[in-house]
Amino acid sequence: MCFEAKRLLKLALGPVLMLMSAIALASGGEVNQVNMSPGATHVGERIYDLHMVILGICTVIGIGVFGVMFYSIIYHRKSKGHKPSHFHESTKVEIAWTVVPFLILIGMAVPATSTLLEIYDFEDAEMDILITGYQWKWKYEYIDENGENVSFFSNLRTPQSEIYNSQPKGEHYLLEVDEPVVIPVDTKVRFLVTANDVIHSWWVPELAVKKDAIPGFINEAWTRAAEEGVYRGQCAELCGKDHGFMPIVVNVVSKDEYNDWLATKQAEAAEIKELMAQTFTMDELMARGKAVYDRACLACHGANGEGGVGKAIAGSPIATGELGGHLNVGINGVPGTAMQAFGGQLNDVEMAAVITYQRNAFGNNMGDAVQPIDIYNFKKG
Amino acid sequence: MGDHHHGPAKGLSRWLFTTNHKDIGTMYLWFSFAMFILGGFFAMIIRAELFQPGMQLVEPAFFNQMTTLHGLIMVFGAIMPSFVGLANWMIPMMIGAPDMALPRMNNWSFWILPPTFLLLASTLFMDGGAPAAGWTFYAPLSTTYAAPSVTFFIFSIHVLGLSSIMGSINIIATVMNMRAPGMTYMKMPLFVWTWLITAFLLVAVMPVLAGAVTMMLMDVHFGTSFFSAAGGGDPVLFQHVFWFFGHPEVYIIILPAFGVVSQIIPAFSRKPLFGYDSMVYATASIAFLSFIVWAHHMYTVGMPVAGELFFMYATMLIAVPTGVKVFNWITTMWRGALSFETPMLFCIGFLVLFTIGGFTGLMLSIAPADFQYHDSYFVVAHFHYVMVAGAVFSMTAAIYYWLPKWCGRMYNETMGKTHFWISFIGFNLTFFPQHFVGLAGMPRRIPDYALQFADFNMMSSIGAFIYGASQILFLYNVIATIVAGKPVSDEKVWDGAEGLEWTVPTPAPYHTFEKPPKIDPAHAHS
Ligand code: HEC
Ligand code: HEM
Ligand SMILES: [Cu+2]
Ligand SMILES: [Cu+2]
Repeated sequence: MCFEAKRLLKLALGPVLMLMSAIALASGGEVNQVNMSPGATHVGERIYDLHMVILGICTVIGIGVFGVMFYSIIYHRKSKGHKPSHFHESTKVEIAWTVVPFLILIGMAVPATSTLLEIYDFEDAEMDILITGYQWKWKYEYIDENGENVSFFSNLRTPQSEIYNSQPKGEHYLLEVDEPVVIPVDTKVRFLVTANDVIHSWWVPELAVKKDAIPGFINEAWTRAAEEGVYRGQCAELCGKDHGFMPIVVNVVSKDEYNDWLATKQAEAAEIKELMAQTFTMDELMARGKAVYDRACLACHGANGEGGVGKAIAGSPIATGELGGHLNVGINGVPGTAMQAFGGQLNDVEMAAVITYQRNAFGNNMGDAVQPIDIYNFKKG
Repeated sequence: MGDHHHGPAKGLSRWLFTTNHKDIGTMYLWFSFAMFILGGFFAMIIRAELFQPGMQLVEPAFFNQMTTLHGLIMVFGAIMPSFVGLANWMIPMMIGAPDMALPRMNNWSFWILPPTFLLLASTLFMDGGAPAAGWTFYAPLSTTYAAPSVTFFIFSIHVLGLSSIMGSINIIATVMNMRAPGMTYMKMPLFVWTWLITAFLLVAVMPVLAGAVTMMLMDVHFGTSFFSAAGGGDPVLFQHVFWFFGHPEVYIIILPAFGVVSQIIPAFSRKPLFGYDSMVYATASIAFLSFIVWAHHMYTVGMPVAGELFFMYATMLIAVPTGVKVFNWITTMWRGALSFETPMLFCIGFLVLFTIGGFTGLMLSIAPADFQYHDSYFVVAHFHYVMVAGAVFSMTAAIYYWLPKWCGRMYNETMGKTHFWISFIGFNLTFFPQHFVGLAGMPRRIPDYALQFADFNMMSSIGAFIYGASQILFLYNVIATIVAGKPVSDEKVWDGAEGLEWTVPTPAPYHTFEKPPKIDPAHAHS
């Protein structure tokens, strides 16, 4: 064989071989992954096996069907002088190709059913996490009868500058969050999934969980991760503008590590609870308020309250108007605009601080100090 | 008899007031091609944005409007009207009828379409933009959280539904009442059969879609809460109603395509269809099954396990009649005398690619596996294999096959074959890698994606541009044929073609079968 032909062969076979080795080795989150990954759970492995079996069956049938077809195409050509035979209708053949596929399907239905039943077995969960989809972030609440409930929001961490290409993209571009969910390894964790606004869907391929988050419904799902690690996923149901920008990151850690993490979180939660009952000085409120503002409001309202996506806060009729109106906008948002309801996202201390800050910064000078208890009362109506 | 209806009227009024099935068919076909180009243009915007990671061309909100309009226009504007157009042209000629049964209604069913799509496209320029909740427009994203243009969208859907229902009634009435003497049901060409069944599906499910959008309208404007949990409603109800329409809809799209392929493959195999009767029964069973599988689109909404199992088994069953069809086409080719003119190439392309789409469909039907596939690019790959390589390829085959009959001129075969190969390569380059990224975890309907999906997405975009460009060749070939193609005058343009349409002169005169043809009672269906 001449050199050219060898090279051509290599070029042609190269991708095929690459593909085959990639199919065999696929594990989650790899560059140019071409197959499903069995992931880190037993259910995931069973799903993967089902997927490979049905793919195998389809491949075999496909080879048969296309084999016959290409045989015809090659040998039964008019241009080769092949004369058409005129056979048609054969009840035997037709019964065969109805019954055989039917039997294959029954063969498939058996493992599919048992896998499905396993997925639907929510018994004996060792812990519960309530997951709520928001436009466009996830909220996680750890429900614990004995300790403080822990809850937090998990937002996309990738900066706009990476998304809009003014900065190189990081390794986990679009799959990174400010605060990941943490779960212990080898533990049956039950997720209660719901949504606050539109339908979302919580999907982490390697934990083999995809469950729609539907307002007004609480769906169940569960996982038991066999290996520690960081597992990444995304919202799977179109939920509006930033559907592509609400990733999920799950840290699976050892049980000890998990307990430490939870204890820290609970301590934080207890601290906030305590803070809520306190009265703050104006200076304290302004300092806390600036921190909250910079984190949660600045993107739309500007570093100097000059506005942007949102209206200007400096001199705003709302921020320099009657307190009730201002609280209402902050807590309930302005429906139909980008101004969301922050009441469920900021705790009462943060809300009190940021409202105080807006009323007394950027040249606004209302002089009123809003306390957490005011927020609490406002929310109660 | 006067001589008033020997030729078409002149000028614009010919087209505005026509009740001639051929004129109306022609208008449907051109209109659907225009929509195919428009929807294709939106797809090019989508693929250009997805060419590489990061946001480059459009904003996420606009991206969602593009995916939504692309889907709606392709399904309701391109594929469905194109097959109605084909039905208009061919059904009367295939059953030996002088025209459709309800010619005036026929005019209306077409003419309400263009203004409706104009309205739908104009939502792009409205405050808040076009609808952006996907072609499946799940509530409450499409109601409480939608831009004001949703009202116009709802109106468009109502009118489209009206048009489809009128079109279907017409087809049912024509097939039931206007068959030439001796043209019994079991002698009808398969294209007529598949359309008859499709028409029943349409009449059954379009009102359901109308119901869904009416409930949306009430939720948006009249304070009801059908789909809003806050008011005691149920967002999942929307999905049930939508998919009760939506799954039969996918068969509405594919059954006429099956019909086309069942006409063309025997013609170029020079051999009768292997199992005519079983093809009819398979079509009917698919149609029946299509009513009881809708929730396979909703495996992840949290149905009880019993429901999940029911829909899984029922969906898996569809593979049986679908298999019967594929086996029949292959056996028809077996030991024929095959030749590979452009229509046959597109049919073989259909056969290969639709079968792949059927396989992925079977995979998707396995509920536990669907937990991983659902709403990922794997589903996008699946439905483009069945809808583009299925419906669009077979439609393209139909145009090449019957165009010489329609205009009495032959298309350029080399150009046709080139069109096929570019389409075939472009299509696979676009959609095959989407299986990979879907399995690897890329959700659908996202304007930007993680870095590990970059290479396959770039491939996909390049494929899409190639496929898109090949349609220009198609348009050119069709126009060149009509204007200056080599004249043909044989009644039977293709030596292997069977059926009444090949007994009328070429080009088909404005009026055909004013006197019913004689049908040889011994002669089997075509
Ligand atoms: C995603 C962008 C966005 C973010 C983040 C945001 N806002 Fe807004 N905000 C808006 C928009 C848009 C408006 C104007 C709404 C309207 O049209 O009335 C607004 C209006 C307001 C107003 C009323 C201003 C006026 O004069 O009408 C207040 C007060 C306000 N926001 C407070 C906040 C606070 C407090 C935060 C942070 C906790 C915040 N906003 C974060 C977008 C945002
Ligand atoms: C063997 C036959 C088929 C089977 C078993 C099948 C099965 C399925 C299943 C289970 C889904 C849901 C996947 C998911 O969302 O997770 C699906 C999606 C889809 N199928 Fe099929 N399918 C078949 C043939 C077809 C045909 C012939 C068409 C159309 C011509 C079609 C069009 C679609 C479309 C449009 C969707 C996606 C809808 C959406 O979510 O936007 N399918 N199919
Ligand atoms: Cu989403
Ligand atoms: Cu379906």
